[in-house]
Amino acid sequence: MSPQDTQDRPDTRDGQVKGGGPAGSPGTANLWRWLVRRLLLSVVVVLGSATAAFVALYLLPGDPVQTMLGPTGQTPALVAEVRHETGFDHPVYVRYGLFMGRLLRGDLGQSYQLHQSVKSLIFDQLGSTVELAVTGFVLALVVATVLAVTTAGRRPLLRGLASTLELVLASLPGFWIGVLLLTFFSFRWQLFPAVGGSGVNGLVLPSVTLALTLLGVFAQVMREGMERALSEPFVLSSRARGASETTVRVRHALRHAMVPMVTLSGWSVGALLSGAVIIETIFSRPGLGRVLVSAVNSRDLPVISGVVVVSAVAFSAVNLLTDVLYRVVDPRLKEAQA
Amino acid sequence: MSALGTVDGPGSVVPRARSRGAVRLPAWSVLIAGLVVALVLVAALFPGVLTSTDPNAVDPIAALAPPGGGHLLGTDQLGRDVLARIIYGARPSLLIGVGATAIAVAAGSVLGILAATGGRVLDEAIMRLTDVFLAFPGLLLALVVAAVLGPGTGDATLAIGASLTPGFVRLARGQALVVKNADYVRSAVTYGRGRLSNGVRHLLPNTLPPLLVLASINIGTAVIAGSSLSFLGLGPKAPTAEWGEMLSDGRDFLATAWAMAVFPGVAITVTVVAVNILGRDLRRRFEGREG
Repeated sequence: MSPQDTQDRPDTRDGQVKGGGPAGSPGTANLWRWLVRRLLLSVVVVLGSATAAFVALYLLPGDPVQTMLGPTGQTPALVAEVRHETGFDHPVYVRYGLFMGRLLRGDLGQSYQLHQSVKSLIFDQLGSTVELAVTGFVLALVVATVLAVTTAGRRPLLRGLASTLELVLASLPGFWIGVLLLTFFSFRWQLFPAVGGSGVNGLVLPSVTLALTLLGVFAQVMREGMERALSEPFVLSSRARGASETTVRVRHALRHAMVPMVTLSGWSVGALLSGAVIIETIFSRPGLGRVLVSAVNSRDLPVISGVVVVSAVAFSAVNLLTDVLYRVVDPRLKEAQA
Repeated sequence: MSALGTVDGPGSVVPRARSRGAVRLPAWSVLIAGLVVALVLVAALFPGVLTSTDPNAVDPIAALAPPGGGHLLGTDQLGRDVLARIIYGARPSLLIGVGATAIAVAAGSVLGILAATGGRVLDEAIMRLTDVFLAFPGLLLALVVAAVLGPGTGDATLAIGASLTPGFVRLARGQALVVKNADYVRSAVTYGRGRLSNGVRHLLPNTLPPLLVLASINIGTAVIAGSSLSFLGLGPKAPTAEWGEMLSDGRDFLATAWAMAVFPGVAITVTVVAVNILGRDLRRRFEGREG
């Protein structure tokens, strides 16, 4: 949700006019209205994604019951029995109702191929993916911050170098970085395991790969935000008050450079999940990405829709957090509304 | 203007300080990038001009040959010439990237302007749908679409185009909202210019520059996304040469034939860097025009 979205909403303006109310000051009432509205929107997004997944998979060619049973040992009687057991003999709207009903109770169904509940399958693998995503994200953020603070608005040569690095990094396909790292660090120098590997040692190459795929964009956005902030009047005024270059950059400009980064957080979740799909495949690492790829290949519908729903929940949660964070990082938005 | 379309709040008193923007790229780098893109375009349109070797000619005796000798970039596990396959691989790789971005720009600008000007209900409907689609990370959406449509160049293009569209809708809407409230558009409305005419005459041209900048940055992303799908086995069908699919084959021979995985990656990276340099140059020109 971008700031102009919230500014443009007529209903917030209504709230402002009515103001007051039992909840306290007009500002607080507005905030609660806004928060409730945002929560409802998140629910809409999650239910919408689940519906989209159901529709997409309903359109999938082939008979799911036959996929479920596998190529051998099928008899018409068995197919009919399984069809009845799994509810596939109902018309589509009944199946949609059953699907959504189970979903609301937190039941994502049974995997066709692995004969395990989708929920436990996903949650068994989630930890590994989250571990990879968080390590990669933090690594990319730290390096991008250091690059932005040190190179923004500096001499042309340094900026040129930083800018070239960002350009090349943003142009590198993640799977190629992974393959190159594997070639050198695992096969040639044998520093890290090529396949799987547990603990910190197995996490190094995958998270470095993931961080490198994010770093180009992060560094570019941060440096541009930094340069924009450095040309603002408040920087001039704090310099006039005798603030050192470091203080200006770290205490004043960095905060402004973080605003576009908050906008990026939705993109980041997507990039991290997409990156995880590729990286888990390259490094044969367990995780959500590999579950999805193998589910797509074996047409394991409940697993696919389960991953879709879980990723929609993750996305909505991050977006909600982003909107709240916006107000913390950029108080001007509060003023614009209050 | 950043690629994300940071927009002034309405009624801001202080005029926006013009950012120094991206570092101005030296003319020679733009020239080289242009030449690289031209070369890739030739490879995509007329691969026969650049090589006389058949990209699908199998030669088991010469399998997994190192670079040099009869095969400049070596051969793959079936003895097919890696250089010829890279040249022939340009077409599907580029087609997916450019096609997907074109879909996203077209759908994004129309939906974004509609959301900004079409009233509250339409705005809500479009933006909530955008949110739902945004909830599928690019590659996951493409994977799900690929599961429905099956592998293939057209399906991969559609899948990636759909996954890029929400970003363009948001940017177009944000931009159109700002333009809508600009003095010259308000005057045009006062003078009686109609809604459609206003949209075409003022909103579209003034919304498009940042969209094109985002597009120029996204072509590279889309090329990478396309080769990622191929890498996962969901791109063009065998034996069509495609860079991501070649890299995926090469992954199994990292210890013995490094060239197989390294050179297709070089092809993707060099192409995407060149496209991105041209994109940045384009952005600089647009900013110059605005200022």
